[in-house]
Amino acid sequence: MKDFSTLKKNLKKDFSNLKKIKVAVLGDTATQFLVQAIRGEGFEEGFDLEIWEADFNQIERQVLDHTSELYEFNPQIVVIFQSSHKLLGKYNKQKPEKQNQFALGELEQIKDLTSNITGALEAKLIYYNYTEIDDAVFGNFANKTPGSFLFQLRKLNYELMCLASENPNIYLCDISSVQNRLGKVDFFKPSIYINTEMVLNIDALPAVASATVRLISALQGKIKKCVILDLDNTLWGGVIGDDGLENIQIGSLGIGKAFTEFQYWIKKLKNRGVIVAVCSKNTESVAKEPFEKHPDMVLRLDDISVFIANWENKADNIRQIQSILNIGFDSMVFLDDNPFERNIVRENIPEICVPELPEDPADYLEYLYSLNLFETVSYSKEDADRTKLYQIEAQRVSNQKKYTNVDDFLKSLDMYSLVEPFNKFNTPRVAQLTQRSNQFNLRTIRYTEADIERISASGEHHSFTFTLEDKFGDNGLICVVILKQESSDVLFVDTWLMSCRVLKRGMENFVLNILVDFALEMGFSTLKGEYLPTAKNAMVKDHYADLGFEEEDDSWILNVYEYKRRRNYIKPKKELQWTEVKY
Amino acid sequence: MDRSEILKVINDIFIETLDNEEIELSEDSQASDVEDWDSLSHIQLVVEVEKHFKIRFTSKEIQSWGNVGGMIDSVVAKL
Repeated sequence: MKDFSTLKKNLKKDFSNLKKIKVAVLGDTATQFLVQAIRGEGFEEGFDLEIWEADFNQIERQVLDHTSELYEFNPQIVVIFQSSHKLLGKYNKQKPEKQNQFALGELEQIKDLTSNITGALEAKLIYYNYTEIDDAVFGNFANKTPGSFLFQLRKLNYELMCLASENPNIYLCDISSVQNRLGKVDFFKPSIYINTEMVLNIDALPAVASATVRLISALQGKIKKCVILDLDNTLWGGVIGDDGLENIQIGSLGIGKAFTEFQYWIKKLKNRGVIVAVCSKNTESVAKEPFEKHPDMVLRLDDISVFIANWENKADNIRQIQSILNIGFDSMVFLDDNPFERNIVRENIPEICVPELPEDPADYLEYLYSLNLFETVSYSKEDADRTKLYQIEAQRVSNQKKYTNVDDFLKSLDMYSLVEPFNKFNTPRVAQLTQRSNQFNLRTIRYTEADIERISASGEHHSFTFTLEDKFGDNGLICVVILKQESSDVLFVDTWLMSCRVLKRGMENFVLNILVDFALEMGFSTLKGEYLPTAKNAMVKDHYADLGFEEEDDSWILNVYEYKRRRNYIKPKKELQWTEVKY
Repeated sequence: MDRSEILKVINDIFIETLDNEEIELSEDSQASDVEDWDSLSHIQLVVEVEKHFKIRFTSKEIQSWGNVGGMIDSVVAKL
């Protein structure tokens, strides 16, 4: 991690090519250094964070007065930092008989702030939780004394998690965990606090800034989606090809424990929806043996989406994994104990994240925890099924080889799509797709669940979701379209995105047929599309041209009366009711 | 370490922290003589000086300094 001086020097660098994001920072202690650290850390992550900083201790005034500078600034992100020291100050003034209720009283005030912000701004709110202060008034007994400060602080942190889990626009930045990691001695320096009203030590600023910027970055859709694993001395101790199945180290004894715990961690990531791939220099059958036969292995073959074991160069193998998964290199993490392999991969594929694993496997986990690589801002049931989806995709690829004619292949898939408007069941998945999809995404507008709910309720939007299932399995909800009424004749395609795992199935044709049917039914004459280029969506550069739209200024226009239905082999799963789509 | 050596070390810390190669401190230098030496960067300077000499200043000491010489007094007293 960069130190504060380095982050501060970043402020003088050229931000002109970086993505601009407007961030408001409000604190009840002095936040000047924190703001500098966040902007400097933003530079490291490729963002030009345009930060507006509220004057010291102005949180309530700025938030409750809707004509304040905060609302005028109209930020995309609002960061609120209320410190544990101010919290303790308030607690100290409570009458003893009211101390039991302290956390709930504070929670009400926080809710008042958050609801004002999320109600009036289309911003995501990042709230810092409370770092622990044990005032040692009760000693350990504080843990069984509801009125103690420690009890109330921890309760408030718990209540904040509940609040955030219920409110899609509120995110917690867990600086309490940051303090645990750094240690309070390094996190908080009494002399700085007493002399300056700053509660963060200079040496703690980079870690807090990093935690904040990671969250902002995830909100922009920059997340890690896949972890690629080496095997020998990464997933187990020893070399399977030399030592044999009985002698590799895994299980509860000695260093084997480190590898077992590491595997449990990978398994949890997989269950959360991170794709797990293997890339190993080994003979494939030998490399697979522990997964199939070793009783102490936590990971099994069905946890692995892509398994590559051969004697080729790892960079080439990772390129192959990338082409199967169809995700960006910058969303991949490569874990390998061998510094030589790490360097080859780093040099050939600079975008990929290659952590410098410690030499001692006992240190792997704590080191990986400290990197916090897998920040995310959403989690849905589909995440848990992702491994299976990619495995099915691998099957489909091998099946396709049997057909020489694409049409025959597509017909053989027996595809069905369920078309529905946004509803309360699909809202989390829709929001997630808008956050995650980078490649097949015409305008790359990110929406939260709250945004999606607003669009559903709006009279001028029409929403469409598409699933795709075939004889191999169900891909789930894979495509989202939002149409906005631009005039009585024109429907503007605000969003059209699709998961890359269903490319080349004729889905685009099926979707456009549905959109045109809708337009005709509702009396619109024109569909108007727009392509906003990003670093990642060149794939759909010619999307509208390919579908027969005509270019007009910076838009693409389709006259629905002259539209010829486009060929595809997907059948609607049930008859579409336009009244469902129309709100 | 004598006062002039300490001054040189402190000078280097100022150059690094304030990112300004031209800083040339004397014992009489005050905040108003040095560009960017404000109340905020002062905290950073104090922390860097503490780290370098592996010492801790008390709040009272920090508030008592009228110039760089005052800071050196405190360093000398702790070495």
